[in-house]
Amino acid sequence: MGIEILGLPLYYYIAMVAKVLIAFVFVLLTVAYATYAERKIIGWMQVRIGPNRTGPMGLLQPIADGLKLFFKEEIIPAESNKFAFLLAPLMALIPAFITFAVIPFGDTIKVFGYDVPLQIVGYYDAGVGKVVDINVGMLYVLAMSSLGVYGIVLAGWASNSKYSLIGGLRSSAQMISYELAAGLAIIPVFMLVGSLSLQEIVKAQAGMKWFIWNSPMTFVAGMIFYVATLAEVNRTPFDLPEAETELVSGFCTEYSSMKYAMFFMAEYANMVTVSALMTTMFLGGWDGPFVSVFPLLSVVYFVAKVYFLMFLAMWIRATLPRYRYDQLMHLGWKIMLPATLGLIVLTGVAGYFGFHTISGFFS
Amino acid sequence: MPNPITPIMQGMKITLGHLFKKPVTLMYPEERPKVAERYRGLHALKVSHNRAKCVACYLCPTVCPAKCITVEAGEDANHDKYAAKYEIDILRCIFCGYCVEACPVDALKMTGEFELANYRREDFIFTKERLQEKK
Repeated sequence: MGIEILGLPLYYYIAMVAKVLIAFVFVLLTVAYATYAERKIIGWMQVRIGPNRTGPMGLLQPIADGLKLFFKEEIIPAESNKFAFLLAPLMALIPAFITFAVIPFGDTIKVFGYDVPLQIVGYYDAGVGKVVDINVGMLYVLAMSSLGVYGIVLAGWASNSKYSLIGGLRSSAQMISYELAAGLAIIPVFMLVGSLSLQEIVKAQAGMKWFIWNSPMTFVAGMIFYVATLAEVNRTPFDLPEAETELVSGFCTEYSSMKYAMFFMAEYANMVTVSALMTTMFLGGWDGPFVSVFPLLSVVYFVAKVYFLMFLAMWIRATLPRYRYDQLMHLGWKIMLPATLGLIVLTGVAGYFGFHTISGFFS
Repeated sequence: MPNPITPIMQGMKITLGHLFKKPVTLMYPEERPKVAERYRGLHALKVSHNRAKCVACYLCPTVCPAKCITVEAGEDANHDKYAAKYEIDILRCIFCGYCVEACPVDALKMTGEFELANYRREDFIFTKERLQEKK
């Protein structure tokens, strides 16, 4: 088709809308059924079965939960700041979804003769004649994940309750500390790839040369990144804000029905996003055997890796008790931060002496 | 300093093993639990020769810690003492079994029935007719 809107061919817009729909629906469905999967998997790990009465094998449980929360009474504290109160869950939820825009969830596939890279973000370079990835993908991700902290802080302040405030502050302090460790832990990856663009990072790992095993420094960095992102999304063993919510108070005490649901959807959506980031940077993204022969297989590999990482998070939740707040801060600042700084130095020094990756060194 | 990673790995191996074990959940109400032989459930008045064995000696209301048994004596056709009214208020009962131990004529026992939920308060007062076991 020769139709051009704003100088870009029509297929660009159609592909963009299709990709946005697919990714959004995928994340929403995963979030809904992650709650179900978590209850089932943690149940089996505790030698019991999870929900199995609502629908066959309990598969309609998330729908039942959603309906219940939808019909609950909407309570807004009288002395709270209405605008901030209503804004806070959105500020927690939206960054989790929009971070997904830069993540490549598949190889470039050919649709009706056009090359469609399976990544939502991308600008059409008329000189090259195809869609090119933005070259600051990771910077965008780091910026958006920092926005999630604002949601929690705002929730604590807007509730007009001292306990909610303290809970919100503790949670945001935890998130900031581990964001630092996470951000520094991925710098060895950038040093090896030479670019912040997520497409480049995935392409650098093509042919099963995933960073998780291709270099001892990135192996340790991957482990630290995974633990730091678990802390950032408030998963066990770092779920002190949630435990306080159950026991005494926390940043989301004053929230009812849909707003409460949005906070917990935000937690699971963050978990999906963070698993997707970890697969992109350390597990090779959509890479896998036979991906050059069947490009659509790349989506299968990506989804499988993301789901595996989420299973790992649930497995850890079923096993470990939670950290006390001071132990948490100690881990984040006194152990992870020096470790990541040391890794950056090691990667640089090793690179100076010619050792970048194991596959590159021995080839 | 002890290694922090190994205990976590061992713990995770255990939970992974649990994933493949058979769950211990009982699918109530399709499957009911098996109670022990001496389980202290709902009471039952034993009968002999088509009459309840109870002689209205008032030992069981005396020993009951929750004061849930009500007995009223009466005279039957053979001029023997019998319990004209024998009621146990299951809402107050703590199912300790002291009344069974106290009975000198072995007229009271406890069965294995534990599903005692009901809709009205009146239905929780078990009278002699309901308590008497059917032979």
